[in-house]
Amino acid sequence: MKQLSLKKKKSLLGLSFLSPWIIGFLVFTAFPLLYSLFLSFQKVKITPSGIKTEFIKFENYTYAFTVDAEFTQILLKFLRELVISTPIIIVFSLIIALLLNQPIRMKGFFRTIFFLPVIIASGPVITDLMEQDVTSIPSIENYAIFAMFLSNTDGFLNTILTYLMDNLIIILWYSGVQILIFLAALQKTDRQIYEAAKIDGASNWECFWKVTLPTLFPMIIVNLIYTIVTYSVFALNPVVDHIQSSMFDISTGFGYASALSWVYFVVITIVLAIGVGTVAIRGNKKYT
Amino acid sequence: METKLARVQKKRMKEYAAKVGMNDFSTKMKSFLLGVQGNNGFLFKVCVYSLLIGIGFVYLFPIIYMGSYSFKSLEDLLNPLVSWIPSTFYLDNYEVAYRVLDMLPTLMETLYVTVIPSVAQTAVAAIIGYGFARFEFPMKKVLFALVLITFIIPPQVLMIPRYVFFNELELVGSIFAFLLPAAFGQGLNSAIFILIFYQFFRMMPKSLEEAAHLDGAGHFRIFLRIALPMAVPAIIISFLFSFVWYWNETALASLYFGNELTTLPIQLEKFNATFDKLYTGDAETQNINEGISMAGTMLSILPLLIVYFFTQRWFVEGVDRSGITGE
Repeated sequence: MKQLSLKKKKSLLGLSFLSPWIIGFLVFTAFPLLYSLFLSFQKVKITPSGIKTEFIKFENYTYAFTVDAEFTQILLKFLRELVISTPIIIVFSLIIALLLNQPIRMKGFFRTIFFLPVIIASGPVITDLMEQDVTSIPSIENYAIFAMFLSNTDGFLNTILTYLMDNLIIILWYSGVQILIFLAALQKTDRQIYEAAKIDGASNWECFWKVTLPTLFPMIIVNLIYTIVTYSVFALNPVVDHIQSSMFDISTGFGYASALSWVYFVVITIVLAIGVGTVAIRGNKKYT
Repeated sequence: METKLARVQKKRMKEYAAKVGMNDFSTKMKSFLLGVQGNNGFLFKVCVYSLLIGIGFVYLFPIIYMGSYSFKSLEDLLNPLVSWIPSTFYLDNYEVAYRVLDMLPTLMETLYVTVIPSVAQTAVAAIIGYGFARFEFPMKKVLFALVLITFIIPPQVLMIPRYVFFNELELVGSIFAFLLPAAFGQGLNSAIFILIFYQFFRMMPKSLEEAAHLDGAGHFRIFLRIALPMAVPAIIISFLFSFVWYWNETALASLYFGNELTTLPIQLEKFNATFDKLYTGDAETQNINEGISMAGTMLSILPLLIVYFFTQRWFVEGVDRSGITGE
């Protein structure tokens, strides 16, 4: 009897530590989430006496996909960029982390450089830099080999390549935190596994595919989620911009903006599910 | 860094070379170029360093460009012979940018709206993380999953209702629009900080807690006196990240703060407009040029750069030690 009350007391204590979060979640997340879902089915009018809503069923949603040509277009463009950039960011940050994990001199110096972009990754700074054209690799388009490559590839690949060349530095700049996550995981893996593999005659190349990659696998999923989420909430994102501008547009208003943000939310969730799903399935097949 | 294995291998190779009378020089050369283990040879090192330096340059290119252009006078900008190093040490760009950004008051306001929410966010994340790590209670898994889910909800979905909510309470234009969600664990990326503290407090030995219990300390006292002092790396890393993320947040800041409060990034966004207001219609009409706008950008990131150079050690090591990656 006494044991039970002690247990109960402890769980109550634990909940009291959590109480700020529970209150905050209800007030600042759960309620706004439902409220914006509610708003997305309404025509919202702001009057001096407060907000007036009028139920209009799915009109906001149909408007988004039929009338508002801009929205579908920027959403598709955003998706394309996301699909191109995410794998690059992850592979790139993995490479950098592997390089930094080697026994090299001036490790601290190199780490400082590669982590610097996290500090300055604010929308206006990057917009400014983009306006000055410093975010693409300088004069790479002048190289003959690149021009040849471009002229020999057709539509789809071509767009990917030009997008990459124009935004390479931005894409690389997104990978600061991911490098750190990989690096931390690499340093936690046991040295002895590598020695054992070496004794069994594994080469470095085999070691990477058979030992390093499987141990990093959970971190790849973490980084995948992190990349997609930060990419989609970043202030430079045109979709975010569009939602914000339609929020204060008199002809559309809060209701329509809510509908847009819900569409966006659902799209991101689907992308996340597909991304994590495919990586997890492929990973399981390969490594277990 | 030679491992035991490498040493043994080397010794064996030497013995073997001596036995068959092989030329000592060629073995040495080979192990120098390719390394005995495959990852400490000279060629490999050259590869690693050149990759690191090359990519590092691409990384720093915009910043170097920014620095170089911000010191260029109009003549230097127009002169095609001057490419990287300005001909004179020209500071006028900074003077103009300083005035356009309204630097000092803006900096103070930026610090005000970033430091206070970051402190609140870190403190609350520590409390919540401790609750998750050290206590058992029903629905713990569900609650933890909900914490993680809050990370993937885009702030844009919550933006409108929160705006309406703060508007009703007349909190738009004050720091509370940032501070309140942060203080209840719903700030920017709060889920990550809760996760960091959760991982950290889980590593704390149980016996320590029990010993404190026997000495008659209550749970809140254990948290304050024992757990928190041990979690200093996690506190530093959370605060720094939180600070940087709040600093760089412009979409939410411009919406919630309106015209009442401003931050350096928001000022930078309006840089051209403010410049026009200040300098057109002047006696000596001045036009905005690359140099001035680069100086503005430089000034707006300068405080963060300074903070970074003093704290980068913690930024990098903190993540290693605070166990952001889990076990």
